[in-house]
Amino acid sequence: MSNLIETRNLTRILHETVPVTLVKDITLAIGEREFVAVTGPSGSGKSSLLYLLGLLDRPTEGTLFVAGRETEGMSEAERAAIRLSTIGFVFQFHFLLPEFTARENVEIPMRRLAKLSRPAMRERAGELLRSLGLGDHLDKRPDQMSGGQRQRVAVARALANDPPLILADEPTGSLDSRNSEQVFTILEALVRERGKTVVAVTHDLDMAARMDRRLHLIDGMLDGNLPTETPKPD
Amino acid sequence: MSGTMGNLLEVRGLRTVFDTRAGEVRAVDGVDLDVRPGECLGVVGESGSGKSVTFASVMGLVRSPGRIEEGTIRFEGRDLRALSPKELRRIRGRHIAMTMQDALTALNPALTIGEQILEVLYAHDETLPSVGRARTEAARKKAVEMLTLVGIPSADDRLRYYPHEFSGGMRQRIMIAIALACRPKLLIADEPTTALDVTIQAQVLELIADIRTRLGMSVVLITHDLGVVSEYCDRVMVLYAGQVVEEGPTAAVIGDPRHPYTKGLLRSIPRLSLRGQPIEPIEGQVPDLIGLPPQCRFYSRCNERIDACLQPIAMREIGAARRARCIRLEEETRP
Repeated sequence: MSNLIETRNLTRILHETVPVTLVKDITLAIGEREFVAVTGPSGSGKSSLLYLLGLLDRPTEGTLFVAGRETEGMSEAERAAIRLSTIGFVFQFHFLLPEFTARENVEIPMRRLAKLSRPAMRERAGELLRSLGLGDHLDKRPDQMSGGQRQRVAVARALANDPPLILADEPTGSLDSRNSEQVFTILEALVRERGKTVVAVTHDLDMAARMDRRLHLIDGMLDGNLPTETPKPD
Repeated sequence: MSGTMGNLLEVRGLRTVFDTRAGEVRAVDGVDLDVRPGECLGVVGESGSGKSVTFASVMGLVRSPGRIEEGTIRFEGRDLRALSPKELRRIRGRHIAMTMQDALTALNPALTIGEQILEVLYAHDETLPSVGRARTEAARKKAVEMLTLVGIPSADDRLRYYPHEFSGGMRQRIMIAIALACRPKLLIADEPTTALDVTIQAQVLELIADIRTRLGMSVVLITHDLGVVSEYCDRVMVLYAGQVVEEGPTAAVIGDPRHPYTKGLLRSIPRLSLRGQPIEPIEGQVPDLIGLPPQCRFYSRCNERIDACLQPIAMREIGAARRARCIRLEEETRP
């Protein structure tokens, strides 16, 4: 099994008036078809780590390979290209564009990648939304949908370009328990049924325990790779 | 209130209700309001007063189970309720803009600031060239202009930055730049400062005031803070339980409040000029908006109430530019 993400001594220091260490000396590997939780107290560097892995930020020190490619020295355009084709993001808030329908929101990353024809994009966006139970909501705007539905549109948008890796930052953090469970089940199915790798920052330790393994951060450092009760599938 | 030609926004008899299992919630109940070109109108009220729902109604953004039951909403003389969703969307992006309550949850962390501003320009700005490199260049130039206008240094360079690379105050400025990207005639700022510390609050409000002057734009400032209103707004409108209870020039309303609720609000905020005097919160709670009795809505909390308040109370004119919804105004105006 090849690794989708590999880091060695990844460190990010913010050079403000007083230097602030966000993450320090993180060495890890995440393979294909893995369902990984990132946990830790507030301010422990969970989101900062996710931003680094997602190429939204650059490390101060250390190396980062994404899909087998060393990312240091890449131009912003190269990083953006990798991000667009290889990584899908889901955040605590949906960040859907309010003036666009569900389908149009899902089409936006495809338009950026510009690999499909317009009718094919439309078709694919519809398929993705239908597969997440949103067949009746294709032409609704975000303000016409519930919180849980909007978050499912955000998941569909993350899948738009069929990336192997989904990075999620508190994806259920603003949902009630029923909708949280629904979104969790969808993320799990992405790993088990569609072969994606999902790395999710979460405060919810019960949820983390249901994932393949847990990366626990304390003060920006990795506190060991904690096994969880769920055995990892072959 | 008589309609005046030349109002940018004119709302008459607006009623917005929410159908719930417990009954019909009358969130906005007969609101009239005007916004004049270039002015700043403060809209004040506690949560549940209907201030946000009023402007969600204006923007056509009331979600089910809410609906506008009646009323007219005219923007530059056009009846917004008669427009198709597509036409309304065009006005909303281009001529009326709204800033969100919380900049931290409004910017997509996975997109650069430039991408997010450009997205809005592409969707709404009909003055851009229609295709190709010229379109990208023109949009980019506008994005840089707007970021510079809101005080983001090296704006050209910053277009490539992601939201997490900015402080909370900077993100709020970026949100304002996005709202202003198409140079709207009306900016609706809903609690623009909720998530910010006091110093940054002041900076953001100064920024909105400054841009309003420079672009000649009208601003509606929705807030619960009368202190903010006294500093930045030409006129103020006080809402209580879905109705306007007092309206007029800010200095007049704050200097000589006429509705007991406005008086209570003023007594409940700490002010430097009243140092040493106790702050008096308004006792009691906003009434349940389901099945309201046809009487003054402030009755249960009012320390000036009389039996005559137990009937529907209409707005009463106080001179040419002021109005208040209190039956006891008549006692004061009698010779």
